[in-house]
Amino acid sequence: MNPKIANKIADAVIYILVAIVVIILALLIGFILITGIPHISWHFLTSVSQSFSAGGGIRDQLFNSIYLLILTLIISFPIALGSGIYLAEYAPKNWFTSLIQTAIEVLSSLPSIIVGLFCYLLFVIEFQLGFSILSGAIALTFFNLPLLTRSIQESLESVPDLQRQAGASLGLSRWKTITGIIFPIAIPGIITGIILSAGRVFGEAAALIYTAGESAPAISYSNFNPFNPASFLNPMRPAETLAVHIWKVNTEGVTPDASQISSGSSAVLIIVILIFNLGAHYLGKHLYDKMTASK
Amino acid sequence: MDQIKAKLMKPSKETKQETVGKIISYTCIVAIMLLVLLVLYFIISFGMSTFTKNNVNLWSFLSGTNWSPGQVDAHGNPEVGALPMIVTSFAVTILSALVATPFAIAVSLFMTIIAPKHGKGFLQAIIELLVGIPSVVYGYIGLTLVVPFIRHLYGGTGFGILSGTIVLFVMVLPTITSLTVDSLKAVPRYYLEASLALGATRWQTIYKVILRAATPGILTAIIFGMARAFGEALAVQMVIGNATLMPKSLLTPAATLTSQLTTGIGNTVMGSLPNNALWSLALILLLMSLVFNIAVKFVGSKGDLNK
Amino acid sequence: MLSMKKALSFVTILGVSGVLLAGCGNSSKSGSSSSSSSTKITAVGSTALQPLVEQAATDYQNANSGASITVQGGGSGTGLSQVQQKAVQIGNSDIFAEKQSGIKASELKDHQVAVVGMAPVVNKDAGVKNVTMDQLKKIFTGKITNWKQVGGKDEKISVVNRAKGSGTRATFEQAVLGGATAVKAQEQDSNGTVQKIVSSTPGAVSYLAFSFLNNKLQALSIDNVKPTDANVETNKWKIWSYEHMYTPATPNKEAEKFIKYIQSSKVQNGLVKKLGYISISNMKVTKDANNKVTNK
Repeated sequence: MNPKIANKIADAVIYILVAIVVIILALLIGFILITGIPHISWHFLTSVSQSFSAGGGIRDQLFNSIYLLILTLIISFPIALGSGIYLAEYAPKNWFTSLIQTAIEVLSSLPSIIVGLFCYLLFVIEFQLGFSILSGAIALTFFNLPLLTRSIQESLESVPDLQRQAGASLGLSRWKTITGIIFPIAIPGIITGIILSAGRVFGEAAALIYTAGESAPAISYSNFNPFNPASFLNPMRPAETLAVHIWKVNTEGVTPDASQISSGSSAVLIIVILIFNLGAHYLGKHLYDKMTASK
Repeated sequence: MDQIKAKLMKPSKETKQETVGKIISYTCIVAIMLLVLLVLYFIISFGMSTFTKNNVNLWSFLSGTNWSPGQVDAHGNPEVGALPMIVTSFAVTILSALVATPFAIAVSLFMTIIAPKHGKGFLQAIIELLVGIPSVVYGYIGLTLVVPFIRHLYGGTGFGILSGTIVLFVMVLPTITSLTVDSLKAVPRYYLEASLALGATRWQTIYKVILRAATPGILTAIIFGMARAFGEALAVQMVIGNATLMPKSLLTPAATLTSQLTTGIGNTVMGSLPNNALWSLALILLLMSLVFNIAVKFVGSKGDLNK
Repeated sequence: MLSMKKALSFVTILGVSGVLLAGCGNSSKSGSSSSSSSTKITAVGSTALQPLVEQAATDYQNANSGASITVQGGGSGTGLSQVQQKAVQIGNSDIFAEKQSGIKASELKDHQVAVVGMAPVVNKDAGVKNVTMDQLKKIFTGKITNWKQVGGKDEKISVVNRAKGSGTRATFEQAVLGGATAVKAQEQDSNGTVQKIVSSTPGAVSYLAFSFLNNKLQALSIDNVKPTDANVETNKWKIWSYEHMYTPATPNKEAEKFIKYIQSSKVQNGLVKKLGYISISNMKVTKDANNKVTNK
């Protein structure tokens, strides 16, 4: 076939496939937003949830989701960064490295409920962490690590070797080259990885039912002592996240407005994720500019 | 002189930095490996107890088609045949990955090569958004839109592998796409430039150079996507029908390993046979994803340009 | 470059402190639980019972400062096995401990806190409002496969079962199937999901707790007895069960006090009814683990 015609056909196919994807995604997000936004109000965002009467809000669940995300990233990001650097820069190309990679990939395929139960038996019961945000954050670390490690590794590897050679010729140590030159260039890719894993944290329910729990006890937002059980900063309190709340009202919710709460919460969740993503991209760009002297 | 000599003999600042750096990164990888080993040990020890403590025959577990732990068949053996779930899990995973991959590659090419300016920001934002939608929400949208749609189109109840595949397709799309984008970006830019300079059309460049160079990365993306499909429970459970029957077609209700696991685990007691049998399902899941990984690695290494 | 180093060391410190936090969280937790374990109560188990216990716990804690009660779901099986291992103080269950394999019922103490009625439900399309007990049994064992065989529309019946081992399924099968094995069909775990599936799938049939009946579904009468609270109280409606809160044979004092509170007439006549359960004090009959019914 004439290469030019082939080129045109290929272009057309790609455009059609992209169009289909865009339509599906637009329908999906549109469906969630259209069914959800009418139920969002200031009252909905700022009041506590109700067990059985109508008019409950999602204040605590919303905060818990965000707090859980922060805790999870604090635990998982450093480990993922170190491992990503190891795999991208230090690991020799041999069977052992590929064994490590396979093991990490297998970790990501474990069903959430298995990881949830594992963390329940080990951390909640055995280590007596109880149903707590911390247990939840540890459980979510299991999902985050593979994705985060992988994307850090890929972004580091995609930095051209020229940069490494330049670092070496300046007499820098490999570590210095990695942290001072390679890492800053890889920031945008790493940010994407963080955003994707953050999405998983926001959306996860099954693993949290057994770890962070599915109840949201009353908390006080004026108590800044993280060791006080009533404080909103206490990582040892049980915390139902927004995704778990959606799951709960859909499965055993007896409130008369269960379906409204569910669609309202889904829309809020999407909006929060959007804000988080935009914020992370902005921050990433800022960091990138600052650290790579591209400005 | 001695001072200079001492300075020269001592490890340099750079060497020390290097040591510190190595220690940090090695510690992290060891930490991850420990976590992995811990989980593996946990699942294997629980999953094996069906065979070691409850004396279930391994072969009858893998090839049996009757799943009702807690009940015994005519010979007094417990009815724990996991074959229907194994088949269904494979079917939905492979089908959804097959459907999603061309779409994901098209979108990634669009975002990186064809229209990076228009495509990137917008599509990337949507894709990142999709990852965060809880499975439950996917499940209910599947229940309200996909299942009735399939029912109108093909009759029957609408619950089945086909509905499961459609829902999973949307769920794995972001994972496969974003990782494919990463691997396309990792292809050195001079490959593209060299190919275009030789007079190749854009499609020839994409097909003969870029996709070839990115093959291992794309395959990894597919593994991650399949892993997500494999491990997904809440959404699939709602649309696939969750009936432990051998799937006869894409339209009859079926159950995956994870959907059975999720429904059953809260209703069984730790250490009893029904519970152990569920852990054995988890073990199968683990082994299957291991097989996937190794198979795809093997295929991927053949297309690697660096070899 | 310097800022990079700072940033990296900051990240490392965060990570280390995260791990440390986990460590001290752990130690401080075990320290405090030994000193004040008497007031910290965890109730785990049945998701169906969870809303009631959760709301009761909130009210109870408001009235008794110092009490700290955590209520979680996880399923009846989880509740029973955790209370048996004494990992939690209370195990919520929809099912008698005697009926759950792997549980030694003699080591546990049963506290019945509410009664829940269940009714068979069909999609409105089927055009059926009443069946006989025998017909119902044949539907769920797969002997009747079309709604026209029981006086409805010519439409295939699609059975939606509840999860194996769940309290709802055990109760239904004990009352309706009487030992026969249910047909292999869809299995769903939760009332909410079943409600949505039955109301949207033509020809679907399943069973739900009374509180999940609504006008999008058709609840069936059996032998012309309507599924109402009054009929459950006299056992004219046969499909009902207790909601249990199990404690170890020698219960924790605080846990016992809390359960007494739920059994008090204030909660029984208030919260229990509001949540769609039937108060235990209104029951004219009692049922034991073997489904034997005796008049009170």
